Amino acid sequence: MLKDQDRIFTNLYGIHDWKLAGAKSRGIWDNTKTLIEMGQDGIIDAMKESGLRGRGGAGFPTGLKWSFMPKESDGRPSYLVVNADESEPGTCKDREIMRFDPHRLLEGCLVAGFAMRAIAAYIYIRGEFVQEAINLEIAIQEAYDDGLIGKNASGSGYDFDIYLHRGAGAYICGEETALIESLEGNKGQPRLKPPFPANVGVWGCPSTVNNVESIAVAPEILRRGEGWFSGLGRPNNTGTKLFCISGHVNKPCNVEEEMGIPLKELIEKHAGGVRGGWDNLLAIIPGGSSVPMLPKETCDTMLMDFDSLRDAQSGLGTAAVIVMDKSTDVIRAIERLSHFYKHESCGQCTPCREGTGWMWRVMQRLVSGDAEIEEIDMLINVSKRIEGHTICALGDAAAWPIQGLVRHFRPVIEERIKSRKAARAA
Amino acid sequence: MSQVIETGKAFEFTAENVEKAQKFIARYPEGRQQSAVMPLLDLAQRQNENWLSKETLEYVGNFLNVPYMRVLEVATFYTMYNLKPVGKYFLQLCRTTPCWLRGSDDLEAVCKNKLGITNGETTEDGMFSLLEVECLGACVNAPVVQINDDFYEDLNAENFEAVLDKLASGEVPPKGPQIDRINSAPEGGPATLLEKTGDA
Repeated sequence: MLKDQDRIFTNLYGIHDWKLAGAKSRGIWDNTKTLIEMGQDGIIDAMKESGLRGRGGAGFPTGLKWSFMPKESDGRPSYLVVNADESEPGTCKDREIMRFDPHRLLEGCLVAGFAMRAIAAYIYIRGEFVQEAINLEIAIQEAYDDGLIGKNASGSGYDFDIYLHRGAGAYICGEETALIESLEGNKGQPRLKPPFPANVGVWGCPSTVNNVESIAVAPEILRRGEGWFSGLGRPNNTGTKLFCISGHVNKPCNVEEEMGIPLKELIEKHAGGVRGGWDNLLAIIPGGSSVPMLPKETCDTMLMDFDSLRDAQSGLGTAAVIVMDKSTDVIRAIERLSHFYKHESCGQCTPCREGTGWMWRVMQRLVSGDAEIEEIDMLINVSKRIEGHTICALGDAAAWPIQGLVRHFRPVIEERIKSRKAARAA
Repeated sequence: MSQVIETGKAFEFTAENVEKAQKFIARYPEGRQQSAVMPLLDLAQRQNENWLSKETLEYVGNFLNVPYMRVLEVATFYTMYNLKPVGKYFLQLCRTTPCWLRGSDDLEAVCKNKLGITNGETTEDGMFSLLEVECLGACVNAPVVQINDDFYEDLNAENFEAVLDKLASGEVPPKGPQIDRINSAPEGGPATLLEKTGDA
């Protein structure tokens, strides 16, 4: 188990003071100037060396992403955009950072923004997080008043502003180009890439969109040294990570753990175990609703990191672990997710707009059993016509949970169709 | 089908909200005032009993010098803008898998049996509206209901009824977990972060 001294988010549970005085006592904003003095290249190199991979789901190397930003301006300013639109079902970690450790995020904004030569950061927070937005606004004001951000931020000679922008209830705005559209005051419909945001982002200017957790861990990595972070976890999957454990466990919770922790250990040590014991486990969605579920036998030995889960045809995603015990109607659990994607499709691409609704309607019939066995294959076929055929990954995300369900629980689906038929015949 | 309701009543920001609106606009680069459509719609909704009429949308468009159609697009795309009146207490019940696994169906039943409303309905006295929503992002405290701005967490039929009773009697119960628990720490107290963190 990770030692407390290696945990970054020391106020995860909101037990301590989240405001500036409390933040400073936890080491935040401690001589941030010295981090800036590492220089842009120094910071980016250290971030690359640390092995940090983006914490928003895709796992792209953070330092590398920062290095894509222009080193010299062609007259356009650059922007850091923080993705705080946390909406992936199962995920509730950025919320804790924003309401209980907002200064950690703000310090990260300054350091990351400086490294990518940005003049300002825009934090895009989901609209439902009202209290979190209030805390962040207070923290931003405190940071300005204390000279930590603004002109000559933290005495570094660098000018940097931070602004908050509240969303209004659209999952799709967690997709980086949809988020940019939304920040510009439009419907949140994703853009085609290229051009990538690092060339043409918000208001036509170079922009980098990073998840809250990725930005918030940066100052601590630089302070403690990239070797400390890369020494935790497993090769190519380094550091610590916030895990959200929900569903059928005895004590659902958020916890910061080492990357690569065995799934079983994570659940038993931190979440009080599966309800009714480990053997009562049916399946787990290991990384937020968009990744395919794992059946119990895979969960027994699974390690929680990007590469291990990818090899198991799933993904670490946002590290939101949704646990389902044997009492779960697993078809209905996925039908609920299909409804989610149908509800959240932005309507721009036909395969997704029409396909998510089509899949949900079939899923509803699979729940009741009012279907034909052949429709299972047809459902998979349709899911493959959505996957990879849309501008953004929402289409893929809608397809994968269903593919995971059929891959691991086809007999359950078939059985339900058969028994429904038998009941009707009787 | 008209998506927005015309009330015939003119709308304009209060002096205080004009000031707030100008602060929002100043957050964005010059000439990019369209970015402020979302914060201004939120401001208008808060001033207008938690919903947006056609007049409010027109006002926001004029305030920002943005065509009405652009404002309408935004107002109809995002789910948090209410385009019809809602009750004093707007219940947003999360029905996505993590909340469903922990009993959101029971909460739906409470709304139906106790308040007599289902998804999209408002009680006759105008006190409560129910909307089933997708993931609210508090999954380790499931099931969750957002009531106006606040999250009520770790609900079950019993404590949810207690929350509703208090609201009906004019009292706003404390938000957050409705069981003995600190935020998103495990029930029974944190098992990590027990070392002194140097907090003042």
